[in-house]
Amino acid sequence: MSKSRFVVARTSDVAPGTSLRVNAGGRDIALFNIAGAFFALGDRCPHESGSLCAGKIVGFAEADEPGKYRLVRDGEFVRCPWHGWEFDIRTGKSWCDPEKSRVRAYQTGVTSGSDLVEGPYVAETFKVSVEENYVVVEI
Amino acid sequence: MQDRTDHSIPAKGAAAGLFGGAAVDCDVHVSVPSVKALLPYLDAYWRQQFVTRGIDRLSWNMTSDPPNAPIMIRPDRRPTNGRPGSDYSILKDKCLDLFGPSAAIANCIYGGMALHSEDMAAVVCTAVNDWLAAEWLDRDPRLRASIVVPLNNADLAAEEIERRAGDPRFVQVLMLAMGEQPLGKRAHWPIFAAASRHGLPIGVHAGSLYQQPPLAGGYGSYFLEDYVAQAFGFESCVLSLVSEGVFAKFPELKFVFMESGVTWLAPALWRFDKTWRGVRAEIPWVKTPPSQIVRDHIRLTLQPFDEPEGAGRLERFCEQMKSDEMVLFSTDFPHWHYEDEDVLPIGAETALARKILWDNPRATYPRLKALAPEVLA
Amino acid sequence: MSMDLLEPREKRKPGGALQGLGVVDCDIHPQFATPGEILTFLPERWRDYVRTYGGFYRQPLADTLSHPRMAPDVARADSWPPGGAPPGGDLAFMQRQHLDANNVDHGMLMPLNRGPGNQRNLEYGAALATAVNDWQIACWVERDARLHASIVCTQEHPPFAIAEIERCAKDPRFSQIMLPPKSLEPLGRRRYWPIFEAAEAFDLPIALHVGGINGYPATGSGWPSYYIEEQHTNVQGMQGLITSMVVEGVFEQFPGLRIVLVEGGVAWAPPLKWRLDKHWKRLKSEAPHLKRLPSEYIHDHFWFTTQPLDEPPEDSDLLETFEQVGLDRIMFSTDYPHWDFDEPSFVAAKLRIGPEKLRAIMSGNARELYGLT
Repeated sequence: MSKSRFVVARTSDVAPGTSLRVNAGGRDIALFNIAGAFFALGDRCPHESGSLCAGKIVGFAEADEPGKYRLVRDGEFVRCPWHGWEFDIRTGKSWCDPEKSRVRAYQTGVTSGSDLVEGPYVAETFKVSVEENYVVVEI
Repeated sequence: MQDRTDHSIPAKGAAAGLFGGAAVDCDVHVSVPSVKALLPYLDAYWRQQFVTRGIDRLSWNMTSDPPNAPIMIRPDRRPTNGRPGSDYSILKDKCLDLFGPSAAIANCIYGGMALHSEDMAAVVCTAVNDWLAAEWLDRDPRLRASIVVPLNNADLAAEEIERRAGDPRFVQVLMLAMGEQPLGKRAHWPIFAAASRHGLPIGVHAGSLYQQPPLAGGYGSYFLEDYVAQAFGFESCVLSLVSEGVFAKFPELKFVFMESGVTWLAPALWRFDKTWRGVRAEIPWVKTPPSQIVRDHIRLTLQPFDEPEGAGRLERFCEQMKSDEMVLFSTDFPHWHYEDEDVLPIGAETALARKILWDNPRATYPRLKALAPEVLA
Repeated sequence: MSMDLLEPREKRKPGGALQGLGVVDCDIHPQFATPGEILTFLPERWRDYVRTYGGFYRQPLADTLSHPRMAPDVARADSWPPGGAPPGGDLAFMQRQHLDANNVDHGMLMPLNRGPGNQRNLEYGAALATAVNDWQIACWVERDARLHASIVCTQEHPPFAIAEIERCAKDPRFSQIMLPPKSLEPLGRRRYWPIFEAAEAFDLPIALHVGGINGYPATGSGWPSYYIEEQHTNVQGMQGLITSMVVEGVFEQFPGLRIVLVEGGVAWAPPLKWRLDKHWKRLKSEAPHLKRLPSEYIHDHFWFTTQPLDEPPEDSDLLETFEQVGLDRIMFSTDYPHWDFDEPSFVAAKLRIGPEKLRAIMSGNARELYGLT
């Protein structure tokens, strides 16, 4: 089946460092903005189905030896709001169980309202205005 | 998981020893008959202290190891005179000659390591190790020993390890499951550093300094409660060793849990792995699931094996741990956990038994690696 | 266009046996809507006391636990009600997010708030217990009949505890007595037996929800450094609790006593039974008051709640372990609104058992224990 491109949000709806739950083609999707770049993950944690867009957006804690803590890639991981599993927002990979547990990552893009009018986009939930930019998710 | 047919071993009772193949007994107990027996191993100052203060008349039995409790001394292993575990000829007849191990590791669980005076504890531990070497190791080439160290001062413990490390008959360092602080705490690291330097595993034996109540909620009425609680103490050791990053700091170090029971470990690790997935950012040096770290670094001696009779729990444990390398053979002599010679819960002819009896101990103790089955008389 | 987090998401298909099944949740934590809410249930003398002296526990920190948790209020990040109350502090939100959404027929309230049983000032503890019990009825059970209250009391002074139990027990809105497992002495000790006697007389189960502050370190070798260790000590703690109650002879004395272990996990129980049986056989002479195998007392007197669900690598190991405990002794719980919450469909999916057994765990066993319809 060929992919469809869904218009899911105005870029201004998701400020850098935040997330938003959107729905596209019947699927719940967690949309993240990392410093102006948009990423879309399936919203459901593969463990117990916690809603990832309700999770805290955090950095990754590392240590080479006990007591030597450092934080890297701040703002690029989301912790599931329930059991705290960490997912890489860029890939959907779970850090603790990368083989078995990952969430689907979807291609995103930003398109201007004027381009959107020409399609082929599905804008299910709201009206598009030519003055704004939009996040598009490919499903 | 393992080949169960490849190793053909002579039947039980064959000339090669009771198991028909080589074995290492990783936990037998020897005991200091009295404080007086240590006097020859003390210097002039301490000898006079011990005599003038009447210390040489004290019993330094441990509360966690009451020598006459039925679980601690099987009737046929009880000496006619003296303290259980203090008679070499019984150890020889009822354990070494009977089960036929190539080597047996003697653990002396002794009150000296629990003394609050750090200096006195250190001196007593040194004396006990000298006594072990002279009275036991010199007497039977099959015997090895764990280094007894003062548990309330890690620096003095490390000094004792340095003093003893040159004697290859000392094959590990002895600690107890329940001390003043959790086992993995940094306060203990000088001990781990010294052990690592000399390729000595840390043998953690059931026991408590009683600086904290074993039930972690006050004291119960019965020794039975405390003895069962040893497994809870070991469970805390697992959590502490992994969480504190002991294996990140000392990647070569192995821990052998002795008289810990076995079957509790698998479910403990299900829970530990689960929690780790959610809160691992608190201890970021733990980079793989705790169960994997435990599989690589922690070993358990066989007796007392906690299972309903004939239930196949040993095999299930290996399946659940995805490892047949974690259990080490022990008789726990002279304790009373099994009747007759029924020390193995599985057939001696199985491949798993061979791992437990021989391969696993030698892989765990660098100082036993070169041990040859030919030593068997 | 931003979606309310409470808007229904696409639902995971409930397993066949869960379809239409009203579950019983044996562990729900209500919270004060505001810190001052409980004060209105306290007499002026104790309102004044708590304002002046604050918390007075057997630990260094006056107002909070000494191992900081990994989530604010130990709560699910999505459980903060929009109106400003803390997680578990807003009934309407709890109804929407949990009771309705998860088809909860009955929920057992487990108030941990301020721990009346842990108060060093026993008279304050008793007043606080009364307040917390009244608060459960007024703010929760009165407003939603699906919820059932638990009688909290001051176990360190049994006369006060018994007076409070007697006051509440005739009200059927209380379904059980709740004690902190971390008491000043192991719970099997005789100082607590009068409370067991009262529980047996009123035919009320005793729920032991993990926690409590007794001044002793959480392990037999002192305080662990990290929350990941301290959280796990609930497991050793529950094992110690069973060991104490069985070996001290509580169930010989009170054969009708029923104990519910809440939030301690389950999988450790079979090895504990084996260990207790084996060593009791050898040390019988020390505890001749025990007439049966320890494992038999355990099966007859203890019920276990599921959360946090043990997650062995093989799902079949979970079922094996539940069967070794007894499928008639396992009861579903969520721990709402805490971070390690378990969803009904998750538990059902992990268990992979027939519908009848699943219904017993999710609902039937608790209905029978508590006499619920």
